[in-house]
Amino acid sequence: MSFARSLRCRQCKREYPLEPLFVCEFCFGSLEVVYDYKAISQNLTRESIAAGPKNIWRYRALLPVEDEPINMDAGFTPLFHAHNLGRALGLERIYIKNDCMNPTWSFKDRVVAVAASKAREFGFQAVACASTGNLANSVSAHAARAGMRAFIFVPHDLEQGKILGSAIYGPTLVAVRGNYDQVNRLCSELAERFPWAFVNINIRPYYAEGSKTLAYEVAEQLGWQAPDAVVVPVASGSLLTKVWKGMHELSQLGIIGKVGSRLFAGQAQGCSPVATAFETGKPVRPVKPDTIAKSLAIGNPADGFFVLNILQECGGRAVAVSDDEIVDGMKLLAETEGVFAETAGGVTVASLKRLAAQGTIKPDELTVAIITASGLKTIEAVQEKVAPPITVDPTVASFEQEVGERAFWTPPLKDTGRTDRG
Amino acid sequence: MAKKRVMFTFPPDLVTEPVIYHLAQQFRVVTNIRRADVAEDRGWVVLEVEGKEEDIDKGLEWVATKGVRVDPVGGDVVEG
Ligand SMILES: Cc1ncc(COP(=O)(O)O)c(C=O)c1O
Ligand SMILES: [Zn+2]
Repeated sequence: MSFARSLRCRQCKREYPLEPLFVCEFCFGSLEVVYDYKAISQNLTRESIAAGPKNIWRYRALLPVEDEPINMDAGFTPLFHAHNLGRALGLERIYIKNDCMNPTWSFKDRVVAVAASKAREFGFQAVACASTGNLANSVSAHAARAGMRAFIFVPHDLEQGKILGSAIYGPTLVAVRGNYDQVNRLCSELAERFPWAFVNINIRPYYAEGSKTLAYEVAEQLGWQAPDAVVVPVASGSLLTKVWKGMHELSQLGIIGKVGSRLFAGQAQGCSPVATAFETGKPVRPVKPDTIAKSLAIGNPADGFFVLNILQECGGRAVAVSDDEIVDGMKLLAETEGVFAETAGGVTVASLKRLAAQGTIKPDELTVAIITASGLKTIEAVQEKVAPPITVDPTVASFEQEVGERAFWTPPLKDTGRTDRG
Repeated sequence: MAKKRVMFTFPPDLVTEPVIYHLAQQFRVVTNIRRADVAEDRGWVVLEVEGKEEDIDKGLEWVATKGVRVDPVGGDVVEG
């Protein structure tokens, strides 16, 4: 059983029953799950959460799932104090939330776990999505685990790694010959025609709730407190709005204190409708994406309006970074902390770097950078940007000639020595 | 009869043109506006278009060729 009570229109506030609905019949606004927080507060404590499973379902009281969920152990990913990255950026209390460590190596497993569970509850026999990679991988895997059918739509020119990362789970994988807008239009029409649970369309209100678990985990892993600053990569804006909602829910329930966090939205310059709206003070205008950060290439962000409201309310900002900065961000994170993130992670790190350099995020602020997916998904982005291996003959002479002095290089011990100051 | 829910985003030079009126007239569809925000230099409209499926499709294509961006309600469908 769950404490979800109804769906509510985010625009006109009309309420609807908990069904597979996603837009308000009256104003076509998007719908959101509302809960009976009074009942939750009587059932949920720090201790009851800590006693739960080490995955997103430890926060089940705050998720809209009734039956036994489809569980692939999404969530409960590492949060660690990134001393080396902090030194590079001049930040003393920077933490990395490493969501590469999910079953299909992205945070999408959080949302899909909830969506797939809800789809099965509603009696759907098939799940579907249109995706440029991460979502496709996760929906394919969850369908396999649940024994459901999966229909996955991808642009025909998608990278091999991402196609393979879905195909291996055996879905019906459809590559659409057409440009981005055509793929988009086709899938919105199919969603109306076929009895499938399109996770990011007809069950989107439930799906989106899964992202709240990122906020719950960060708060729990920080010893039950909200950070001072959070850097979040933004595509549709769903993740950022749910991180915000999650922190405020915990506070409202008395599980953490007051939330004073500032949220920062990171986008790629080649697709920055939210950052542009933030800079100009005007509403979000759709754009045609052109960036290596394909997972963030949503030109018409459904939650852009809500992201802007949150940034304004909390005193945050939106940042747009170039493709070169994204690659540099990926390399910096890998070289300083040993975390290989995809382009969206590059956006997070590059945005963090900018905010630190501007003095917007202060050195002593407790800051969390959300790394949402693994670098093995977007090898193409960095393939030409890393040093090639040094090729040698199998002789010591050849090794010494080619590698030379580099063999005698020793790491600067002083700089990598760890001091664990929380 | 079919229905389609869409969002139109107008560039500055088209804000003052009666695009929705012409859509209804030329393609024999009924338009029903649900939400909108239109200023001098920009605007978006969320509406329902009702009519014969092929008329709706042709009509929306015509709107797009005028330079208005046409999106499914709720934003892009393809996710990362
Ligand atoms: C790796 C990665 N990070 C971040 C996002 C942003 O998510 P949202 O659409 O909720 O803003 C996405 C998905 O779109 C993604 O694939
Ligand atoms: Zn409404």
